Amino acid sequence: MDRKVRVLVAKPGLDGHDRGAKIIARALRDSGYEVIYTGIRQTPDMIAEAALQEDVDVVGLSILSGAHMALVPRVMEKLKELGMGDVVVLVGGIIPDEDVQTLLDMGVAGVFGPGTLTSEIVETIEKALGRQLA
Amino acid sequence: MDLTTVEGLTSALEAGNRRALARVISHIENNTELAMPLLAALYPKSGRAHIIGVTGAPGTGKSTLVNQLAGAYRRRDMTVGVIAIDPTSPFSGGALLGDRVRMRDLAGDPGVFIRSMATRGSLGGLAQATDDVIMALDAAGFDRIIIETVGVGQSEVEIASAAYTTVVVEAPGLGDEVQAIKAGILEIADIFAVNKADREGVDRTVMALKMMLNLGAPEKFQVMHHGRMLPVNLPEPEKLPRGWTPPVLKTVAISGEGAEALMEAIENHRLYLEQSGGRILRDRLRAATELRVILRDYLLEELLARTDPGELEILVEAVARREVDPYTAVRQLVHKTAD
Repeated sequence: MDRKVRVLVAKPGLDGHDRGAKIIARALRDSGYEVIYTGIRQTPDMIAEAALQEDVDVVGLSILSGAHMALVPRVMEKLKELGMGDVVVLVGGIIPDEDVQTLLDMGVAGVFGPGTLTSEIVETIEKALGRQLA
Repeated sequence: MDLTTVEGLTSALEAGNRRALARVISHIENNTELAMPLLAALYPKSGRAHIIGVTGAPGTGKSTLVNQLAGAYRRRDMTVGVIAIDPTSPFSGGALLGDRVRMRDLAGDPGVFIRSMATRGSLGGLAQATDDVIMALDAAGFDRIIIETVGVGQSEVEIASAAYTTVVVEAPGLGDEVQAIKAGILEIADIFAVNKADREGVDRTVMALKMMLNLGAPEKFQVMHHGRMLPVNLPEPEKLPRGWTPPVLKTVAISGEGAEALMEAIENHRLYLEQSGGRILRDRLRAATELRVILRDYLLEELLARTDPGELEILVEAVARREVDPYTAVRQLVHKTAD
């Protein structure tokens, strides 16, 4: 068995600032994950379909535009529709404190702002997947 | 629909369920307990798709060209499966698979299925499980399967044994032509696409390629398979069909210029292979290579499973201390275990 955790990193919405998403993608690669990077301006439909085709364990959404309360639920809904409801969803970007709990209540496994350590993200992923950290 | 059993997965895959196909590919890639029975169930249903390899140096525009090529096939109402391969980092074991970024035109099209694969330690430009993933897409009924290799340098030519038609992508201004001669990449090309043809120097690159081709292509035999050198006896090599001169096409992948012509060249090559009997030869070559690789892996696994680890350790020590040479040690080991 050669099980590798696969992570989709996507940027939904209209802002084109993808440096953060790229840095996270690279950091997750360096943590041993197979990271599928899809680029900017992805619709929720595109993200869910890519997650399905790539059969990922984790979907990471990078959102800086402030539209997270609209975009995140739509991505999660779409994932459920495609039978991918058990995928771990993470959100990164500029998320106001008052929205964090709402996102977590929706089923998001972690919300990460600027300055988050990679180890923190890895820990959240491993915990959500029920794996033992090596 | 039960996507946890072999029967459930195979029947859903055949019915066109994309989730089932994605799950099957994961089982194959991760070599789970279901992998072997799935491969056995799907193998008889494969063999219909035309398999196209797209290879070339990093930065020549392979992904963008694949995006355009798949689009051209879609306009002809053909379904397309894409396997995009990127390297696994030898340091972390992780991988950054970014080919989808250039294939966003294909998103949302139910006639297209894209799967990114990491090489996971394989060195020949493909991933270890590529052949089996091709088979799964083939069994799922895609008309054309396009494989994009990692950016190859000089010896990663194993795509030629996985694909029926190999497209080598070049771009102007990427080092001199000697690189291409060294690479062995001239020999594997069925079609050349000189991409970024809107740039300066494109005519020189086209000319150089054409001149090289006129020197006459050597007889092909592919002995690399997933990074391993393998002696392959070609079935009567003198019967290999001649008479195909690789066309050199100009493309501009960003604008889509030349994509139709590239598709037509691929289809011509497909017809040529069918009419000349070349497809049957390639199938046999593929089967021979595949069997050898699997046999080798299987024997190694079986032998190691039957070998006492302590005994192996003693032999390693003996070889390290130069008391016995490694060849004799292997012979001892094999004969002892086989008895």
